[in-house]
Amino acid sequence: MAALEAAAIHAQLRRRFGDAVGDLAGTGRDASTTVGAATFPEVCRFLKTEPALAFDCLSNLSGVDYPKRSVIQVVYHLFSYRHRHWIVLKVDAGRDDPVVPTVSHLWSHADWQEREVFDLLGVTFDGHPDLRRILMPEDWPGHPLRKDFVEPEEYHGIVTSRESLLKA
Amino acid sequence: MSLTGFEVEVQREVNGALATEDMTLSMGPQHPSTHGVLRFVVRADGEVMKEAIPDIGYLHRSIEKIAEKVGWHGFIPYTDRVDYVAAMFCNHGWAMAVEKLAGIEVPRRAEYCRVIADELCRIHSHLLSVGSMAMDIGAFTPFTHAIREREYLNDLFEELCGARLTFHYMRIGGVGWDLPPGWTEKVLRFLDRFEPIIEEYDRLISYNKIYAERLAGVAVITAEEAVDYNLVGPNLRGSGVRYDVRRDEPYSVYPELEFDVPVGRGEMGTVGDCFDRYIVRMREMQQSCRILRQCLARLPEGPVIAKVPRNLKPPAGDCYVRLESARGDMGWYVVSDGTAFPYRCKIRTGSFAAISIVPKVSRNLMIADLIAVIASLDLVAPEIDR
Amino acid sequence: MQAFVDGLIAGGAVPASVPAWLAYLGAMLAFGGVVVFGFVLPVAGITTWVERRIMGRMQSRIGPNRTGPIGFLQWLADGIKNVLKEDIVPTAADAPLFKLAPYVVMTGFVGTFAALPFSSALIVADLNVGILYVTAVTALVVVGILMAGWASNNKWSLLGGVRSAAQIVSYEIPAGLSIFPIVLLTGSLSMQAIIARQGWAPWQWNLFENPFTFVAFFVFFVSALAEGNRTPFDLPEAESELVAGFATEYSGMRNLLFFMAEWGNLYVIGAIATTLFLGGWRIPWALEDAPVLRAALELATFFVKAYVVGVLLPIWLRWTLPRIRVDQMMTMCWKYLVPVAFADLLGAAGWMVAFPAGVPAVRAALAALAGGFVVLFLWRVRFHIRNARLTRRDLSFNPLSTARVPG
Repeated sequence: MAALEAAAIHAQLRRRFGDAVGDLAGTGRDASTTVGAATFPEVCRFLKTEPALAFDCLSNLSGVDYPKRSVIQVVYHLFSYRHRHWIVLKVDAGRDDPVVPTVSHLWSHADWQEREVFDLLGVTFDGHPDLRRILMPEDWPGHPLRKDFVEPEEYHGIVTSRESLLKA
Repeated sequence: MSLTGFEVEVQREVNGALATEDMTLSMGPQHPSTHGVLRFVVRADGEVMKEAIPDIGYLHRSIEKIAEKVGWHGFIPYTDRVDYVAAMFCNHGWAMAVEKLAGIEVPRRAEYCRVIADELCRIHSHLLSVGSMAMDIGAFTPFTHAIREREYLNDLFEELCGARLTFHYMRIGGVGWDLPPGWTEKVLRFLDRFEPIIEEYDRLISYNKIYAERLAGVAVITAEEAVDYNLVGPNLRGSGVRYDVRRDEPYSVYPELEFDVPVGRGEMGTVGDCFDRYIVRMREMQQSCRILRQCLARLPEGPVIAKVPRNLKPPAGDCYVRLESARGDMGWYVVSDGTAFPYRCKIRTGSFAAISIVPKVSRNLMIADLIAVIASLDLVAPEIDR
Repeated sequence: MQAFVDGLIAGGAVPASVPAWLAYLGAMLAFGGVVVFGFVLPVAGITTWVERRIMGRMQSRIGPNRTGPIGFLQWLADGIKNVLKEDIVPTAADAPLFKLAPYVVMTGFVGTFAALPFSSALIVADLNVGILYVTAVTALVVVGILMAGWASNNKWSLLGGVRSAAQIVSYEIPAGLSIFPIVLLTGSLSMQAIIARQGWAPWQWNLFENPFTFVAFFVFFVSALAEGNRTPFDLPEAESELVAGFATEYSGMRNLLFFMAEWGNLYVIGAIATTLFLGGWRIPWALEDAPVLRAALELATFFVKAYVVGVLLPIWLRWTLPRIRVDQMMTMCWKYLVPVAFADLLGAAGWMVAFPAGVPAVRAALAALAGGFVVLFLWRVRFHIRNARLTRRDLSFNPLSTARVPG
């Protein structure tokens, strides 16, 4: 039950993976680090299996679209119930063809969360067992949480917008 | 000469292989026990389920996308709709996230108001959960008794904030209104009435032989599985993990309050079965009453909302806050780019994780057990789909 | 009935040109019609109102109270509403079977009344195989339910129908076995003969004849609840699991027929239990010279007993207990009730060999035991009601009211 500070966790990652792990940004619970997509599965495996770290829970998995930098960033909030400590990992993926390795074999929760990010942001999770849309209809065009998403005029003949009732 | 359907069947039987076929049932989106628009595709061999695959998205209202369009203050009414059975927590989560981003200090009286509203809302939500669970198992009377008490809570909420379901009570920096005059006495009177009634429920239904037999040992989730699937709140504690965000990652004024964290003890069967998840909710209502009494006794004077600019522009950055909602640890990941509109808001809810474990635990259960599993996980459709 | 018609013929009320068999047939049909339309349907209807009022009270709400005095006419209003509703037959359903099913169920239910006694004189047909006939005709219900479940072409209906078939067929066995001790005692299958053997006083009832008939009563009651699809055995129409089970696709009058049969069946259960175990229509006075008064008193006695045991008790159970699961239901029947009923039958036979005249002391003890239990139960009910009043004097508590609560 030795909770580690984010800095200590980050130092361990640096020692093990070198420059693949970026600098520590933010403070406290929100301290985050970027990880290269290539080494990302190894980093996750290390974080989960190393007894002193033991991140047994993927608390949150989300994606953010940054069209200015032309990346989609996938954010992983990891938590350890055993040690009660946190780390936030961020993985950048190219916006044109975003691919991130899956972690669903490490944390079962990632299965559905990755499907959600795939559905809403169009990130392909390499190695995911069942990557299908989860919230939107199967035949929905595009990925709605991307910043440049334009809502289609109609969906199967259903008009998606209407005149404002407040207009005179 | 070609054979007709029946003759083919006979032929198959004659050849020694009795043709059997699994039955595929579509449970939902409109079904009395799926609590909203949920759908399960059930593959069953008679009464025994081989698998139950959840199909979600029927209640997806793109709340996360709306957040990017309506501004920091304007999003609060939408948060009510994330989980309309326990709307107060969603208000609270959003407010906490924005306050953390913008560095806003919340007045102490406002924090107390928030905790009082939260805990009332927890009782409100748990009453519906345990009541509808009893109804799903076939006992209708406990449901009406639970709804009767919930009605008083609705009245209390109506007096507090004018709404009975989607409260829109909390604001960034505090709460919308101070407690109305005489309201705290009414809450106390409600607690005086309600606390003995929890024991009455226990006598009425919790330890009823048939009820316990229906739930004991059904859909056991071990502590490891619960953590792996990120189950939270009563579902996690039902599996024996003593973890409560209010106690272990304290926020608001919870560090000052005394309460226990009930966990499943396998009273009727195995730790982590449906009965444990149910009984944890019953015990949590008692703890909420305890918290409410402490809060009402210590309620400090002062303002209920901090000075927050109307045109709020939190500095660029991101933050992740967690709070203990009625369905457990609710996570809000909010990104700001320094403008008047949130850049990204991700809501990680308990039901979303809970429903993803259903295919795993529902294998080889009876169809009637699936109802018990859904009810015991306290799945609320709007919270899953957002 | 035959004697009564013979009297009419002798008295010249029937024209001599009418053959006797036609007179018998006419009398039986006429009385049957009176029973069905004047008794069965109103009882089934009024029972719905009674159930809803009692349920409302148990759930701390009011129940139907708008139609007529204290909502008494609600059952008529519901009936009229149901008759006027559109009768929907799903396109994919097997239409002839679908339409026929409710009538089969209804036949199974109404048919039992042919052999059910109302008083020493009032019975449509005092068959010498009366109790056997009743059990057999009741089993017709399962055919109707299975038919409904299959013909609806709906998987939920099918599951409901299959559950019902499994349940009713299984529970016929303990129900039948628990009737046998009484048949052994009486030496007859005739309903009237079974009643005639008992006296009016509780200690003269078959229920307290010996310990084995006492047990048989409970086995019979549980099995009858299961046969009548009542909570905790209401699996065929489990609302939260199977939507509405076999009745999912039915609407309007056909749906109503199912529910009429269900509610009316309660009375049938009560009537059989009363006949077999609870002394039937026996009253303390002979009243040889006042046949009408006698018939009325006997009818009232029988009705009250049957209604309490068959209707009020199951209603109370229904709104108290949850529903059991399919496997638990089967376990209960085959692993517990059937062996118990068998042992009970053997025990009853053994007891009759050992004590052909019965043991008055055992009778008295059993009757006292049951009486004591009833008194204890009523005392507990009184205790809880008073207790509830004491601790929650403000049952009309309203958090919105600003009035101070006394105390």
